[in-house]
Amino acid sequence: MSNSLEQYLNLYRDLSATVDQGSAPALNRLRGEAFDVLSGTRLPNRSDEGFEKTSIDDMFAPDFGLNISRINIPVDLAASFRCDVPNLSTLMGVVANDKFIPTDTLLRNLPEGVTVMSLTKAAIERPDEIAQAYGSVAPITNPGVALNTLFAQDGVYIRIGRGVRIDKPIQIVNIFSSATPLMAARRVLIVAEEDSQANILFCDHSRNDGSKYLSSQVVEIILHRGAAVQYFDIEESSADTSRYCQMFVDQHEASSFKSNSSTLLNGSTRNEFNVNINGQHCSTGLYGMAIASNKQHIDNSSNVVHCAPRSTSNQLFKYVLDDNASGAFEGNIEVTPNAPFTEAYQSNNNIIASTDARMYTKPQLLIYNDEVKCSHGATTGQLNAEALFYMQARGIPQAEARTMLMQAFMIDVINTVTLESLRDRLRHLVEKRFDNTLACPTCKGC
Amino acid sequence: MKDILLKVENLHASIGDKEILKGINLEVRRGEVHAIMGPNGSGKSTLSSVLAGNPAFTVTEGSATFHGLNLLDLAPENRSHEGLFLSFQYPIEIPGVSMVNFMRAAVNAKRKYFNEPAMSATDFLKMMRQKRAVVELDNKLASRSVNEGFSGGEKKRNEIFQMAVLEPQLSILDETDSGLDIDALRIVSSGVNKLKTEENATIVITHYQRLLDYIKPDFVHVLYKGRIVKTGGPELALELEEKGYDWIKEEIDNKF
Repeated sequence: MSNSLEQYLNLYRDLSATVDQGSAPALNRLRGEAFDVLSGTRLPNRSDEGFEKTSIDDMFAPDFGLNISRINIPVDLAASFRCDVPNLSTLMGVVANDKFIPTDTLLRNLPEGVTVMSLTKAAIERPDEIAQAYGSVAPITNPGVALNTLFAQDGVYIRIGRGVRIDKPIQIVNIFSSATPLMAARRVLIVAEEDSQANILFCDHSRNDGSKYLSSQVVEIILHRGAAVQYFDIEESSADTSRYCQMFVDQHEASSFKSNSSTLLNGSTRNEFNVNINGQHCSTGLYGMAIASNKQHIDNSSNVVHCAPRSTSNQLFKYVLDDNASGAFEGNIEVTPNAPFTEAYQSNNNIIASTDARMYTKPQLLIYNDEVKCSHGATTGQLNAEALFYMQARGIPQAEARTMLMQAFMIDVINTVTLESLRDRLRHLVEKRFDNTLACPTCKGC
Repeated sequence: MKDILLKVENLHASIGDKEILKGINLEVRRGEVHAIMGPNGSGKSTLSSVLAGNPAFTVTEGSATFHGLNLLDLAPENRSHEGLFLSFQYPIEIPGVSMVNFMRAAVNAKRKYFNEPAMSATDFLKMMRQKRAVVELDNKLASRSVNEGFSGGEKKRNEIFQMAVLEPQLSILDETDSGLDIDALRIVSSGVNKLKTEENATIVITHYQRLLDYIKPDFVHVLYKGRIVKTGGPELALELEEKGYDWIKEEIDNKF
């Protein structure tokens, strides 16, 4: 079996000095260890448990370019935003390929106690702060994390100061734009200090239809005591974009974390959600929505580990798959012996709208103590034929009726978004997605 | 005499391998009210489903002409646009689709079919308000999902409300009285009567004569084993109420 890592290891051997040069010591610090890890392993493929439907090895096998020498690739931001980016009043930053670019409004309007900046810049200006947090949640022994650590030269650093609560969402727009195939190692580090509160929105876009892109993204989130973070992630990339996004969350006492991840347009996507609940009275919500047609592939994998008593977690992932699309979901809840009085729920519901679409689901529960309330379940079915006929009998054409039913199916995931402006925007995006007008032809390429 | 609105000739229909309708003949003129009665399992609901175009059933023989159009050739949505309305015996719950969006989609699809522009939001809401009054339907129901959590009475009133909005030429009411208390029965049937004109027609499918006290039929048909075996005036319904279906069953079963 081939090992796609070989090319990356060779590249690093040849150019490690250049990699370091384009970054900062606090980030360079971990590269040696990452290299050692990768030298003794391979990326997961379909023979590995948990990766039965998505081979990371295959995803990373093509020869993508990496912008190691930090060549400035011009990105026409205005063109990228013309239609798809939520019309919200946000504090916005942009990650062009793998380089963080703050907008003027972000720099002007950042409230006191809130940091949103380039990870490299932060690593130079506040080395101790970054050294302490960077790599502290995502285990470097994980091959995906190690590979990201090996090449991540920049990223996004968000820190919400103690007791600071910001109403305006922080929005980070990830944009791929390159004339040649490109891989970006994106890194995100979020620290929410005690009793802070923030809404953070990420959205992924790909420009230049036909260019092949691969994003390797590692997101580390630390929630200190009493912090509340809502994290939204909307992927509207392209059929030629592959994405491997690994999220690692460390929750301390009485913190609340909610993640809402929507895959609307993509090529092949693997999202991993790892949450460790390390304090009492935490609440965790992992919600996901996957809408796929043509040959889109969407794989979501969650792992919620309850390590402390009296916390609650809830997971809901829904898929609508049409044409030749394929979806996979593997959900895992682990309740350790140290976590009595846990409440943990997980649910995965899917609609297969065509005869060729495929869904694979694997809900799992591991419970190691008796004082818990847990449930998990999965359903996969077709659109309700009776409802379809009822709508047609009232004059609604079949295609429109199908769209309405698919959209209605997603409503409970959309409704988990408590921020009203975002919820409306998400509903609108889903509507456009089902109308096939999301990648709108008037501004091709955004 | 008024024009023929619906003409059904020798209609046969099956579900899977099982033939349920075995040669239905029926003629409905504008301005008429027809009642179709019959014991359980005789094919009453199948007849209404087949006329509305439910894909669960296959027509194997015969024809149905609806104001000159070959009804069986039309997709269900086009039958609706052409003026056929089926009030469902069990209205379907559609979680996540609001009544307002549902009706707006229905109304605008019909307008599009006739090359008319979509209705403005103001006009649409005004119309909804007017039509709701026909069956005393609560405004609150409009913002809820279609039929979700509606009581049995509310579901049936909602059907007649939709009928009021779509202004059909032929309405088929499939067991509209089932699951209704006396007050709801009065409201629903008075709604149907308000919508009655000289130009449209109604087919009432029912088990009981009770509904026919409120919606007066011109003709009563008895459906048994997939055929219309007896036709008469309103007095036939009274006779059935008194004597049951056994005498008809015997008469027919002895004949074949």
